[in-house]
Amino acid sequence: MLHLLQKPLEAAKPNRRTFLKMSAGTVGGLMIAMHLPRAAEAATGDSGLVQPFVHIRPDNTVIVLSKHLDKGQGTATGLTTLVADELDASWDQVSAEFAPSNPQVYANTLFGVQGTGGSTAMANSFMQYRQAGAVAKAMIVAAAAQEWGVPTGEVTVSNGVVSHSSGKSATLGELAGLAAQQDVPAEPQLKTPDQWVYIGKTFPRIDVKNKTIGAPNTYTMDFQRDDLLVAVVARSPRFGGKLKSFNASEAEKVPGVVKVLQIPNGVAVVAESTWPAIKARDLLEIEWDDGDAETRSSDAMMAELKELTAKPALKVREDGDVDAALEASASVIEADFEFPFLAHGAMEPLDAALLYDGETAELWLGSQIQTIDHNVAATILEVPFEKVKVNTMWAGGSFGRRAQADSHPVAEVAFLAKAMLAAGMDPAPVKIIWTREDDMAGGYYRPMSAHKIKVGFDGDNNVTAFKYNIAAKSIIKGTPFEAMLMKDGVDHNMTEGAHDTTYAFPLMNMDQAFQETKVPVLWWRSVGHTHTAYVMETMMDRLAKQAGKDPVTYRLEMIKDDPRKVEVLKLAAEKAGWDQPAPEGRYRGVAVHKSFGSYVAEVAEISLRDDGTVKVEKVVAAVDCGTPINPDNIRAQVEGGIGYGLGAILRNQVTLADGIVEETNFDTYEPIRISDMPEIEVHIVASNEAPTGIGEPGTPPIGPAVANAIAAAKDEWVTNLPLTKAGLV
Amino acid sequence: MSVTLKINGETRTLDADPESPLLWALRDELGMTGTKFGCGIASCGACTVHWDGVPIRSCQTFVGDLEGAEITTIEGVDGKAAQAVQAAWNELDVPQCGYCQSGQIMAATALLSETPKPTDEDIDAAMDGNVCRCATYARIRKAIHLASDKMEA
Repeated sequence: MLHLLQKPLEAAKPNRRTFLKMSAGTVGGLMIAMHLPRAAEAATGDSGLVQPFVHIRPDNTVIVLSKHLDKGQGTATGLTTLVADELDASWDQVSAEFAPSNPQVYANTLFGVQGTGGSTAMANSFMQYRQAGAVAKAMIVAAAAQEWGVPTGEVTVSNGVVSHSSGKSATLGELAGLAAQQDVPAEPQLKTPDQWVYIGKTFPRIDVKNKTIGAPNTYTMDFQRDDLLVAVVARSPRFGGKLKSFNASEAEKVPGVVKVLQIPNGVAVVAESTWPAIKARDLLEIEWDDGDAETRSSDAMMAELKELTAKPALKVREDGDVDAALEASASVIEADFEFPFLAHGAMEPLDAALLYDGETAELWLGSQIQTIDHNVAATILEVPFEKVKVNTMWAGGSFGRRAQADSHPVAEVAFLAKAMLAAGMDPAPVKIIWTREDDMAGGYYRPMSAHKIKVGFDGDNNVTAFKYNIAAKSIIKGTPFEAMLMKDGVDHNMTEGAHDTTYAFPLMNMDQAFQETKVPVLWWRSVGHTHTAYVMETMMDRLAKQAGKDPVTYRLEMIKDDPRKVEVLKLAAEKAGWDQPAPEGRYRGVAVHKSFGSYVAEVAEISLRDDGTVKVEKVVAAVDCGTPINPDNIRAQVEGGIGYGLGAILRNQVTLADGIVEETNFDTYEPIRISDMPEIEVHIVASNEAPTGIGEPGTPPIGPAVANAIAAAKDEWVTNLPLTKAGLV
Repeated sequence: MSVTLKINGETRTLDADPESPLLWALRDELGMTGTKFGCGIASCGACTVHWDGVPIRSCQTFVGDLEGAEITTIEGVDGKAAQAVQAAWNELDVPQCGYCQSGQIMAATALLSETPKPTDEDIDAAMDGNVCRCATYARIRKAIHLASDKMEA
């Protein structure tokens, strides 16, 4: 998932226009129109009460406008919960729609642009959506007071019913039109936590019904219109390759094919429906120019990464002279870790639909950063920002894949729409779909990385120095996010979870080196934590062993000034029965990690099959994500985060041979399946702290918890992932 | 080529390339988009439909082979098992992104129609071909057991 470091972005907020300009950097700059939506509607009241974030319609439905993409993480339900609570709506009358693309109103306050990621949805929306609900409620109350001729203080709202002690009552919908004519309160009264009726309790997700009946028009893939054309694109099989020449004569003969068009990144086959497009694409004869392409194997790239970690590089953290301290140490542990490229593999492959008539455009896609998608479409199509309408669709997963700095799926469909008009075609909506092979071999991976660790000890096995060198391709460097997210050339996305550890090492240095490659890389669920948590938490077990201490006891001694981390670790250990030996034939491992403001501890229990392979039997998790909005959704996200991380460490890797991706579908990039899934318990720490993320934080601890359980069985820590490489899967 | 078959109990005629997977005929020709495209190689189960009640992968089932077939999709699946499955899925909030869930529900319905009281091993065997990248598997398992209880009640 997108991880935008909060501090740099807050600092950059006043420069949002600069950012927007940069964000379209690859296709030219663009300014954004000041444009507040639906002001006219709000004035008349004919549409009910129309406010940013919430509409109360005359038919008594309450629509919450989710500024965040819901790609499964439950955000639309969460935001609806906040509004419904402050508004005192009934749960039956609320539903959610995605907000229009409008950064003036719907920006992620932590990013400065409209976008979802970094598990920030609740953190940045908690007050905003509660305030929106409270504003709407105040306007409803004022309308009731006016209608009934009573003081506002005597009007109450409960479960969607507005009433007065005189016996008068009305629904929210009945008062919505009059409410629209009331003053908008600047500082509405918010409830205190003891007054909450929905927050902190479990109410069913608002999107589940549609997702169990195959409802139409939910996902971009399902977007349909009678005049819709479908396209697939032949792209270079090597990253950085360019089109040299192509022959479409056979492809054009396939019935249903409308046009074959060259676009900047390849050849698009446009057809009346999907199947002819896929079939015809296989008949294209294409020559690619690999002059600028990545032609190395992933093995060669890993060898380079390992060389990079052996040398001093950019200082991310420098407490002192770590080499001298290691030299002076009584003993030293060294470890080298290797992590592969990972594909996101969301169930819905990438897709985007666009209608462009030469003057206006309309997009349909699971847009994760609406402002950039919007900007890129407007810039390529050379139309003003306000002439592009973005319809955000529900996304069939993302795990980071839909959060791109370059909006490449939108750029591609925009170039295609332009090419269609240039070729004399009548304006028609066109949907580009990526096949699974396109999606999986298309790059934008979790970067592969190498990590070199040296830890020194004194004669009593206390840590004296911790040296950590990491090398990978930077996700941020060279993108429009660079100016905002990198400070002094350092990419903290790569090292988060390590350079900022709260373990009390007397001296820690961390260097980072950047690999240059044409393989595009991207945020993947929990970003840097996907590798740093594994390294740090398996190292903690090794340090505990060196000190002759229990892994939980040792961690508790080493956690400095981090009471919430202590709390989740203790809770997970207690619930897992850590003080008792593991059942016969079972082995346990523990890990605790903070990411995106949330703390998660996990105890994994494994067994070994007769063939020596690992079966993860059970995971007990404890989580502190601040004020829990919807406990069952927190549990669901942690369950899913564990499964997602577990699948990756068990057997997922994207490898390249001569620059060509070898794993192109789920037969070779084998996802976690139901028979792999452990039993999972999730325990939530009661908290009044501000809510933090939960989409990602369940993922980082599972890898090291399992690795530590394997070490409990075999006294050996796996350092080269996935586990298939060690014959453990 | 023209093929006549029954889809969700209705006789339909598909005028399509015999090599076209049923998946795309359902989605593009008939506008029934509940059946999802996930992998195209029968490795993920998102496109699961029933042929005479048996779960099949519509991405590897071809229009040319479907003369006289009786196909059921998520839009038309009904009966005791399907109703219990959909109710259990809602009760336990199984879906996250939801994209695979049509296929999960079709596979679970077929399982319960055949085996009303499945063991965990039965569930693994019947459901292992259905991928959920959100890893909602723990809830899928629980929901199948719950649906089984509902069918008995």
